[in-house]
Amino acid sequence: MTNTILDINNLVVSIGKKPKGANIIDGISIQVRERETLCLVGESGSGKSVTSLTTMGLLPKGTLVPTGGSIKLVGEELLTATDRRLRQLRATKMAMIFQEPMTALNPVVPVGRQIDEVLRAHTSLDAKARKKRILDMMEQVRLPQVERIFASYPHRLSGGQRQRIMIAMALVLEPKLLIADEPTTALDVTTQKQILTLIRDLQRDHGTAVLFITHDMGVVAEIADRVAVMRQGRLVETGPLETVLRNPTMEYTRNLLSSVPSLVPRAPREETREPVVLEANELSKVYKERAFFGKGREVVAADKVTLTLRKGRTLGIVGESGSGKSTVARCIVRLIDPTSGGVRLAGREIADISRRLLQPHRQKIQIVFQDPYRSLNPRVTVGESIAEGPVNYGVAHGDAMKRARELLELVGLPADAVSRYPHQFSGGQRQRIAIARALALDPDVLVADEAVSALDVSVQAQVLELLDEIQKRLGIAILFITHDLRVAAQICDQVVVMQHGRVVEQGPAAEVLTHPKEAYTKALLDAAPGRNWDFANFRAVAQGVGATA
Amino acid sequence: MLGYLLRRILAAVPVMGVVALFVFLLLRLTPGDPAAILAGDNATPERLERIRESLGLNEPLVVQFITWVNKLLHGDLGTSLISNLPVIKMIGQRVEPSISIALCTIVLAVIVAVPLGVIAAWKHGTWIDRFVMGLSVLGFSMPVFVVGYLLIQVFAIELRWVPVQGFRSIFNGFGPFFERMILPTCALSFIYIALIARMTRAAMLDVLGEDYVRTARAKGINEVAVMMRHALRNAAVPVITVIGTGFALLISGVVVTESVFNIPGIGRLTVDAVLARDYPVIQAMILLTSLIYVVVNLLIDVAYTLLDPRIRY
Repeated sequence: MTNTILDINNLVVSIGKKPKGANIIDGISIQVRERETLCLVGESGSGKSVTSLTTMGLLPKGTLVPTGGSIKLVGEELLTATDRRLRQLRATKMAMIFQEPMTALNPVVPVGRQIDEVLRAHTSLDAKARKKRILDMMEQVRLPQVERIFASYPHRLSGGQRQRIMIAMALVLEPKLLIADEPTTALDVTTQKQILTLIRDLQRDHGTAVLFITHDMGVVAEIADRVAVMRQGRLVETGPLETVLRNPTMEYTRNLLSSVPSLVPRAPREETREPVVLEANELSKVYKERAFFGKGREVVAADKVTLTLRKGRTLGIVGESGSGKSTVARCIVRLIDPTSGGVRLAGREIADISRRLLQPHRQKIQIVFQDPYRSLNPRVTVGESIAEGPVNYGVAHGDAMKRARELLELVGLPADAVSRYPHQFSGGQRQRIAIARALALDPDVLVADEAVSALDVSVQAQVLELLDEIQKRLGIAILFITHDLRVAAQICDQVVVMQHGRVVEQGPAAEVLTHPKEAYTKALLDAAPGRNWDFANFRAVAQGVGATA
Repeated sequence: MLGYLLRRILAAVPVMGVVALFVFLLLRLTPGDPAAILAGDNATPERLERIRESLGLNEPLVVQFITWVNKLLHGDLGTSLISNLPVIKMIGQRVEPSISIALCTIVLAVIVAVPLGVIAAWKHGTWIDRFVMGLSVLGFSMPVFVVGYLLIQVFAIELRWVPVQGFRSIFNGFGPFFERMILPTCALSFIYIALIARMTRAAMLDVLGEDYVRTARAKGINEVAVMMRHALRNAAVPVITVIGTGFALLISGVVVTESVFNIPGIGRLTVDAVLARDYPVIQAMILLTSLIYVVVNLLIDVAYTLLDPRIRY
């Protein structure tokens, strides 16, 4: 019988100081044992991060208050512990790593000193012993050139390296409990895979109990021993990994799993003879950094990218961050000007024509951005946002508003949403509004730049379905930019794989995503978390189907 | 770093050039005959001609400018029309009191305001926060001369702790200098304390919401270390900006303070020169003020690079 490290019992967390505030966490109970990884899964707003912050005693003061239940760490009650005692326990008995490695480290302090702070606060080791221990820990998290990185500032390191620093910082005093709050969500898949393996290995070596918070079923399949599913502050279901994935008992868990897009590409559609609506020819974008004196630096963001898109088809551009996929999309829409190469939109070259001449062509290509919380003007009603484009092109205001109502219905929102403001809608609804806005100009091509990446899986599935339906009804061509191979597999006819600004491989999705030719595509597929699981059908992927390198 | 400094100093040259051109044209392009303006209403034709001659006004404009800049570079700022003394000497005599007040003010303001701002942000929403903010509203709304006369009334006249007014050079002993410096410094720093405390609080509140502050707390280090080592250093950039621009703006505050405390500084010199239309002195003061602006801005930028390793030029 292994020891229970973390024992959360009937925890209730409420809003604010006033009595009868709404409960954000409503009576959840979970246990994490030594050497075990418990994955806390749920969509945004389910309360999984609040649970972890409550455990660490890091809830924002005064806004969220634990009002019931208990949290025991190796038998010691945390909810009633003093601030002083909690400070002693942090980093020594329990430690936490966060989602955003880019912002979780202090930008003005070298990373070595940031780890050193933990040792200075909790041990009486001298400077030499501390440094030795830090360098040793940095080697354990497999950082290269530890001496150099020790003295580096965070902005000199990659996202993966920063997350390794965070892990080193968390584990340097060998805590009993490690809380990892979406630690790989902000990372590329290949880096994600390395970090997950690292956490697994360190857990094995140190016997740490891990509470792993994630929204990604793929990650769950990779790392969990047991799974706890949360929804709206309540625990839906807990159980061993296999049981939850194969035989989920609750409706919500079933729906959640069914929404996970499969890595197995959908059945290819018939070849089409429709006209080509969009062509990029050797498109390049070079950023030049101009120096006041001396020579500037050049960054090739896109290097001779060539692609074609036919009417009614979907072309995916997949790649990791920095691969140049968004640069290509923005060059094609002419939000930025390409350095060289051509873009033909509906037979007309638009890469180098002036902004004024471009104006009539703009309406033929429209873009939907990643973050629906920032891409809609918060002070303009939804209807005005949608009508703005057509009005710019000379449509009477009344007609444009009438069209806005129709479009809102097309994207599955009530027509009376026209007079409301963006903040009155959820993320998924806002993305529908953004799509309606793009469609208002009857474009030939819709560019979706990571348009579903910020959405929860269930909402993501709905938006993907919507795009598919709109394509069938309007015959629109879609250029779909994504880092998520699962999404690409479900929506694209053709895919272009990009790395370092270059096209590595392109072809039919069904071909590229099942029988990749290039090593990089293989590596990408191999790193996709949970690739061995067919979540929607509650079973492991049958041998021979899907990605095999 | 050295290369950066050099480049920044070189970049300041054209700025000063433009200022010099403006100052030069100030006199030449004012409507009417500059000599007539300078000489006043009751000038004789001979006097006018003499002034024209001495200013070189009979030469072409370009030649005049080159001659003027050349003199400038040799430290010749012209001669006062009123006292007939070289301008550079007049400024030299007056610069110490003003610089003393400005530096003392900024040092005092920073020492008082930054901790106030940090505490207000840390105790955000409590009575301490509200007290500090109330104090800062008071600081903003009290003009320098009101504070100055109040301080004189209480500490110099009633309590007789310090002299009422005047200035002694620091080279004649620290005691007398310090005595006479306290009140003007306090009076003038009032508004800067208010400004810097406000800015520090706002910058700290921004930074306290950052992820790395949460990380610092998750390490189990104490709140003082979280505030000083993690929050304040990151909040420093906007605070430094305010301190820098505040220092540049001090010049106008110094003028009033010098009048209230009867201190013979460059502020009073400027006022006197403007009232007497002593153009060479006015020109020199504009040049000096611009130079201070440029230098302060340079210092701010250097401070940025020292405080934030991400900022590189």
